[in-house]
Amino acid sequence: MSSPILRLVAQRILLGLVLLLAVSVLIFAGTQILPGDVAQAILGQSATPEALANLREQLGLNDPAWLRYVHWLWGILHGDFGTAQSSGLDIATSIGTRLKNTLFLAACAAIVAVPLAIVLGLIAVRYRNGFVDKLISGLALASTSFPEFFIGYVLIYFFAVKWQIFPSISTVDDSTPFLERLQAVVLPATALTLVVLAHMMRMTRAAILNVMQSAYIETAELKGLKAFDIIRKHAFPNAIAPVVNVVMLNLAYLIVGVVVVEVIFVYPGMGQYLVDHVAKRDVPVVQAVGLIFAAVYITLNIVADIAAIVANPRLRHPK
Amino acid sequence: MALRQIPVTAWIGLILTGAFAFCAIFAPWVAPHGNGEIVGDVWEPMSAAHWLGTDNLGRDLISRMIYGARITMEIAVAATALSFSLGSILGFSAAVFGGWFDTLMSRFVDLLMSIPTLIFGLVVLSVLPTNALTLILVMGILDSTRVYRLSRAVAVDINVMDFVEAAKLRGEGKAWIIFREILPNALSPLVAELGVRFIFAVLFLSALSFLGLGVQPPDSDWGGMVKENKDGIVFGIPAALIPAAAIAVLAISVNLVADWVLNRTTSLKGGRG
Amino acid sequence: MAGKQAKTRPMADGQASSGKLLDIRNLRIEATVYPPGEAPKTITLVHDVSLTLEKGKVLGLIGESGAGKSTIGLSSMAYGRGGVRITGGEVILNGRDIMKAGPRGVRALRGREVCYVAQSAAAAFNPAHKLIDQVVEATLLHGTANRAEAEKRAVALFKKLSLPNPETIGERYPHQVSGGQLQRVMTAMALCSEPDLIVFDEPTTALDVTTQIDVLAAIKDAIRDTHVAALYITHDLAVVAQVSDEIMVLRHGRLVEWGGTRQIIKEPRQEYTNALVSVHEIEHQEQQPGTTPFLSVKNVTAAYGGGHVKVLKNVSVDIYPAQTLAVVGESGSGKSTLARAITGLLPPEQGTVTFDGRPLANRLADRPKEDLRQLQMIYQMADVAMNPRQTVGTIIGRPLEFYFGMKGRERDKRVAELLDEIEMGKGFIDRYPAELSGGQKQRVCIARSLAAKPKLIICDEVTSALDPLVAHGILKLLLNLQQVEKVAYLFITHDLATVKSIADSVAVMYRGEVVRYGSKSKVLTPPFDAYTDLLLSSVPEMEIGWLEKAIKGRRMASAGN
Repeated sequence: MSSPILRLVAQRILLGLVLLLAVSVLIFAGTQILPGDVAQAILGQSATPEALANLREQLGLNDPAWLRYVHWLWGILHGDFGTAQSSGLDIATSIGTRLKNTLFLAACAAIVAVPLAIVLGLIAVRYRNGFVDKLISGLALASTSFPEFFIGYVLIYFFAVKWQIFPSISTVDDSTPFLERLQAVVLPATALTLVVLAHMMRMTRAAILNVMQSAYIETAELKGLKAFDIIRKHAFPNAIAPVVNVVMLNLAYLIVGVVVVEVIFVYPGMGQYLVDHVAKRDVPVVQAVGLIFAAVYITLNIVADIAAIVANPRLRHPK
Repeated sequence: MALRQIPVTAWIGLILTGAFAFCAIFAPWVAPHGNGEIVGDVWEPMSAAHWLGTDNLGRDLISRMIYGARITMEIAVAATALSFSLGSILGFSAAVFGGWFDTLMSRFVDLLMSIPTLIFGLVVLSVLPTNALTLILVMGILDSTRVYRLSRAVAVDINVMDFVEAAKLRGEGKAWIIFREILPNALSPLVAELGVRFIFAVLFLSALSFLGLGVQPPDSDWGGMVKENKDGIVFGIPAALIPAAAIAVLAISVNLVADWVLNRTTSLKGGRG
Repeated sequence: MAGKQAKTRPMADGQASSGKLLDIRNLRIEATVYPPGEAPKTITLVHDVSLTLEKGKVLGLIGESGAGKSTIGLSSMAYGRGGVRITGGEVILNGRDIMKAGPRGVRALRGREVCYVAQSAAAAFNPAHKLIDQVVEATLLHGTANRAEAEKRAVALFKKLSLPNPETIGERYPHQVSGGQLQRVMTAMALCSEPDLIVFDEPTTALDVTTQIDVLAAIKDAIRDTHVAALYITHDLAVVAQVSDEIMVLRHGRLVEWGGTRQIIKEPRQEYTNALVSVHEIEHQEQQPGTTPFLSVKNVTAAYGGGHVKVLKNVSVDIYPAQTLAVVGESGSGKSTLARAITGLLPPEQGTVTFDGRPLANRLADRPKEDLRQLQMIYQMADVAMNPRQTVGTIIGRPLEFYFGMKGRERDKRVAELLDEIEMGKGFIDRYPAELSGGQKQRVCIARSLAAKPKLIICDEVTSALDPLVAHGILKLLLNLQQVEKVAYLFITHDLATVKSIADSVAVMYRGEVVRYGSKSKVLTPPFDAYTDLLLSSVPEMEIGWLEKAIKGRRMASAGN
């Protein structure tokens, strides 16, 4: 591996870290945008002055905003996300198991969705403009229009209520054995898969089609190579980067879908945790969870960019 | 253009979208019952009296759906209008003026877009009062980043074309260049994007309401109606699926129209194609 | 061409009777097009074309864009590009109809019996693989040699094609090699599997003229030494005259004329062929420069990227009223940048542009409207130089309105006059650019610049994107208009034939500098400086044997310098 690649990768990672810092500022600022008093907004108009004063003290509202931000960031860098206002529990502890649950759910969905989307994308390219391609495109159009809860409740209605194959509520805790855990996430993982599948497939199709329309594919065809060899030898090496890019972007998309899907299936993950605490206006929890979601999202984007850098022959073999 | 040239899919999209818009605009005249009026038992099945049955409080579901269409579309249209005017004006300006304004705007948009929209929306909504205005502002501003990116990209592409350079060499002012040279050529992709943004606004609003963070009771948009009726699902009562399906159908219809507009777009180069 | 060498490879039976390698009979090719917003329709690209090619011979296919020459060339590999389908006729290669060969049979002949050399080698090589792997790929695939032999053969071919470092160049990736070299590597790739036929599809069109001559000579030598037959496709008759035994002229997918190279270029029988052959000849009497130039460029230096990339170095030229200064050079010579510096699009770092004795403001934004009116510009791609959403009337009418405040009837009358001047009727006034042909578009651009009544029109490669006959018409029009309107041209081009047709004085540019400057007769008369010599001697002439003469002459010149 030559030095320009290392330099570019290092640059990209550094840029990602800067972005993450900026995002933390933005998330912090996002919870400060209320024109009035945050404490007042949280407790409502009927709050007693003592309660307001207590809350202000507790939130550190008497300090200037930048100082509170620095404290907050300092804490996070040391693994301290603070305590939840509503329950007084340590946020880092609560996040621990929930993050594990969410990642498990997302991983299950990804393991099914990624290969499926790539295979379907390849099929659509192979039978381009034919019936299969049109069918796949049509389904893709439809499913990008479906809200997550439509897919989720249709699944529950049939698989949990009518046919009673899977549970409608995905309860898991630390002691749940792996197989049961797997059974619990079948429906939510299916819903998530359906949510990202169409999009990922459409983008995969476009990425591969783009490569297949290159002049060098024609060159290979005019050498007498078989269709399969053309794809394997000539299309594949050039399609890796765009496809990895597609996959990463959609995994990022998946972590948004997870929020709604967890609520539908009452699954104890990060999404559920976030939504509950937005409703309770529990700012420290919202900040912490928001930052973690953003960090995952940014990381996936960095991975996508790095894949593109590493797969680029112009960078791998500089002049 | 002749009506016959419009493909059948676009017709379906146009008719369905029109029907939804009609229900939304004339809701009080179309709906058989009032929005909050309790007319029967909880979750009555579909019948001649109540075509779609009743909801979790015994209200007529079809009337709720029609009023829901109104609320859903009102907020989504307002948010789309905001995101569009904000995004396209800033995007065009960034492309034509360039320089520090472009750099500053583009970096800020990059930053906003590096947080998933729903997540940042939730973060902001955790401190803001929940009302229609807040929803419109939050959705409109967050989504304007995407319109900004598109309009800037389209305008940058057009801005470097020779006919724009010819206008600059002639001595034309910025206003002529934006409104007479660039805008007419940017319209088609932007109109198609309008549909996509509207769908996004509908889905975003529905998700927020479903999570209990959007439109608040007793008013209800379709996402809120799914939330109201979701407990019936486990008893085999499909009332929640109806508003969910309505969202899907609306989104598909608008998508079909947007697809058609995009395909109809002649190439920018105005070549022989 | 030298005598045929006996091939050791067994041939398919049934062809022993003649030396015919390729026999195309009544070929008909169709394509389905999808106009936006309309129903798809089928158009015919090639109408009943027949041709035969003997072993070891070269047939040139020539025609304008849309003549169907590439489509015919590819049919010899049973290949249709995009939605193109071969719907009628027979393609008989080595005695068998390849249209009936089936997928397996077609694959067996592609890369084995017939190979292809594309116009853009840069796009035709896979960026992910080393050159050598791609060069020997077909040879290994068809099993005609093992890896070591194939590589040896490739290196020998690299040497024959005068590639630098033939032993190691194969270890490079496509982006590490220049365009002219890649084109030669692609030729080596086609020759490596020792095919019977190579289809060359405009192999030198994308190259600069001084590079083209080397590649052309290399291709010609390789064809001669390997005794391969070739279909050589190009739009440039002078190029094809150097390499072909026979030439076939095509137009709109139909055969116009087919004959020996000498007959086609010396005694064309068809009117269209005659027009193609004589297209370069415009008689233009050079005018002597007047006493005072109205526009002077003095010691102009310009750079992109905040001064990092110097693209103009100390350039000085003068332009006289109603005369033409041609600026000639290859890509990267800075000729278009000179136009940008004069118009103020790229403000010079040093030096001045004076107009009517007073300096012009450096920046476009600082120039008064009157100065802008006096300098107009016409672009290479008329397609993108007009707003596709404006009608011809608006496009030509806008300068009238903008500079002279003309409105309504008065303006429409003037637009009609201008349309007359460019030999288009006023019926075009409501048309959109998309509804015009390439030549008409360029005419409308000319009318738009004339509408401003300028003293100078800068023409940036205005004929390069046009077919030769259309370009010829545009040049004639420009010359006539110069007589009538007394307008001066700054004519930027890479084509020396155009320079000869239109210029009064000439500036030759090379790497940002003017290397030769003066009246046309002076610039184009020896003794030459080294670069002008190279440039002039590289322009293909429609004369058999020109290539050998040019290469020989050039070597002597370069040895002498």
